[in-house]
Amino acid sequence: MSALLLAEQILNGLQFGVMLFLMAAGLTLIFGVMGLINLAHGSLYMIGAFAAAGVAAATGSFMLALMASLAAAAAAGAIIEVVVIRRLYARDHLDQVLATFALILILSEATRWAFGSFPLYLDVPDALSGPVVLPGGIEYPAYRLALIGIGLVVAVGLFLLIARTRIGMQIRAGEADREMIAALGVDIGRLYTLVFALGAALAGGAGALVGAIQSVQVGMGEPVLILAFVVIVIGGIGSVKGALVGAILVGLTDTLGRTLLPVLFGAFLDPSQATAVGSALASMSIYILMAIVLVLRPTGLFRVA
Amino acid sequence: MKLKTLLAAACVAAVGSAAMADGAKVGMITTLSGGGAGLGIDVRDGFLLAIKQSGRDDIEVVIEDDQRKPEVAVQLADKMIQSENVDVLTGIIWSNLAMAVVPAATAQGKFYLSPNAGPSALAGQGCHPNYFNVAWQNDNLHEAAGAYATQAGYKNSFILAPNYPAGQDALTGYKRFYEGELAGEIYTKLGQTDYAAEIAQIRASGADSVFFFLPGGMGISFLKQYADSGVDLPVVGPAFSFDQGILQAVGDAALGVVNTSQWNKDLDNPANVAFVEAFQAEYGRLPSLYASQGFDTANLLISALDAASVSDADGFRDALRAANFDSVRGDFAFGPNHHPIQDIYVREVIKEGDVFTNKIIGTGLENHSDAYAADCKM
Repeated sequence: MSALLLAEQILNGLQFGVMLFLMAAGLTLIFGVMGLINLAHGSLYMIGAFAAAGVAAATGSFMLALMASLAAAAAAGAIIEVVVIRRLYARDHLDQVLATFALILILSEATRWAFGSFPLYLDVPDALSGPVVLPGGIEYPAYRLALIGIGLVVAVGLFLLIARTRIGMQIRAGEADREMIAALGVDIGRLYTLVFALGAALAGGAGALVGAIQSVQVGMGEPVLILAFVVIVIGGIGSVKGALVGAILVGLTDTLGRTLLPVLFGAFLDPSQATAVGSALASMSIYILMAIVLVLRPTGLFRVA
Repeated sequence: MKLKTLLAAACVAAVGSAAMADGAKVGMITTLSGGGAGLGIDVRDGFLLAIKQSGRDDIEVVIEDDQRKPEVAVQLADKMIQSENVDVLTGIIWSNLAMAVVPAATAQGKFYLSPNAGPSALAGQGCHPNYFNVAWQNDNLHEAAGAYATQAGYKNSFILAPNYPAGQDALTGYKRFYEGELAGEIYTKLGQTDYAAEIAQIRASGADSVFFFLPGGMGISFLKQYADSGVDLPVVGPAFSFDQGILQAVGDAALGVVNTSQWNKDLDNPANVAFVEAFQAEYGRLPSLYASQGFDTANLLISALDAASVSDADGFRDALRAANFDSVRGDFAFGPNHHPIQDIYVREVIKEGDVFTNKIIGTGLENHSDAYAADCKM
């Protein structure tokens, strides 16, 4: 394997990782602040992608589509929080899992009812279509490069929001002691709705961004949801920094595992066996990573106290 | 007076029993919700169109949604066999669901007509006299793709498929008829949505062509990312990733891609011309491969019911085996293992106005059976 190919695969892993971060950030914030396990987070990702595909088909503008995905997912998130989730904070995790699982089914079938059973079309904007040549001669799709950039900008923005603003202070306080900040006069209900909508918007935006290079269809959120849970378990539940590090670790492990393991086994097995064993092991690689992290740091890499 | 009443009663009874003998109750288990719903809906719509066109009101179709879950499909099949008392089962899209349902159903004496799934296990040693596949054996379209690659003079293919039984069958099928070298062979994760790593390997491999089998959303993702990557090697695949239902979602990325199918909407035979027109009139969209398979399945059933009563199992089986119906694919016959012997065509993705669709450009394999027929003893 050449150095060039390896560099390209590292970029691929990074891109996969930052997109996972957008999903995982919302999930970890919601869990950290409200103590809520939200299985319907993948549905918000799907809602974002469908909103983007709908608006892109109607207007032809990718920017508008992206805006629409953020708005639609945030609105859906706020409505879900007020109507359903609010009743679940005092309940135990099993009730939360059951209720949010029901939301997955309801939202999937509602989307299918509204948009039909066939996948929708959403393409990358013309300005970013096709490859660009990077220093060193790597030919890399411009859109994926843009995704890495957007993901990192969102990550920085989120850190600033949480570390430097009043809302961020309330979010951190909410994680630490929700009774106390309620007693200090912060409208905790409003704060919860806000955090939920923020997490939803991040997921929706990720859905739209990734939807352009994947398939916009019902059920697209669930595979990503599972990976996002792996990410927040690795990173430490409730920690945005952990979500970023975990997401990039998972992205790199998955991508490099897929490409390197078959090559590795090829050194001492015949090609078809090496492919079979290598790809079987590659699909387990991130779970092995999770297991190792949990053995060494049972609360994840950056667990918020 | 008494005699008259008796006669009338006898007549009613005779008419009633005749209707009972000729009609049938069909249980359709197919995927109508979730990500794979497009396929099941097309099979169902094609099937119901044929029943409607036949004008027969003595064929009752019970339709249930399997949600693409084997355990749900098994429960539905039990319910249909035990409490609904259906005569014939059909509808299953996915091979793993077919493996869960078909052997048990045929063992209980029910007929099963497959409108889609054709796992190799049911074509070879696991074949059954009451199991008929109206679509294809799973390997068929991939074999035709391999034959096409050989015809087109490709010498160094890069091949990939998901790591599950149908994916392994696909690569095996391709290699059975492809005579060149392999630049690389990859099994991806089932349900994988990001193919950047694989595309980078294709670019680095020095291949002259790419064969892939990635059904549903996986194929959409792969093609969009492939088109965006700047790799411009010719792509060959089975029809599943280039079907009417998903082509619109792939868009320009699919243009010019060569794919293999036993059916296309431009096949010039009277049955197909009428089918394409009637399907569009009824549902307002172009029919897909799956719709054509559903339509053929229903017409096979109707032709068999015309010839024999479903309660006469041997007669009905012979009538099914005769395949005496006008298939929308043109020539159609069953091989010894009750799987089709048919031509498999090579199609190219084109754009007609605003709609992406396929055009036949040649024939990959003629009168093609399958590799497992010899293992079938019945």
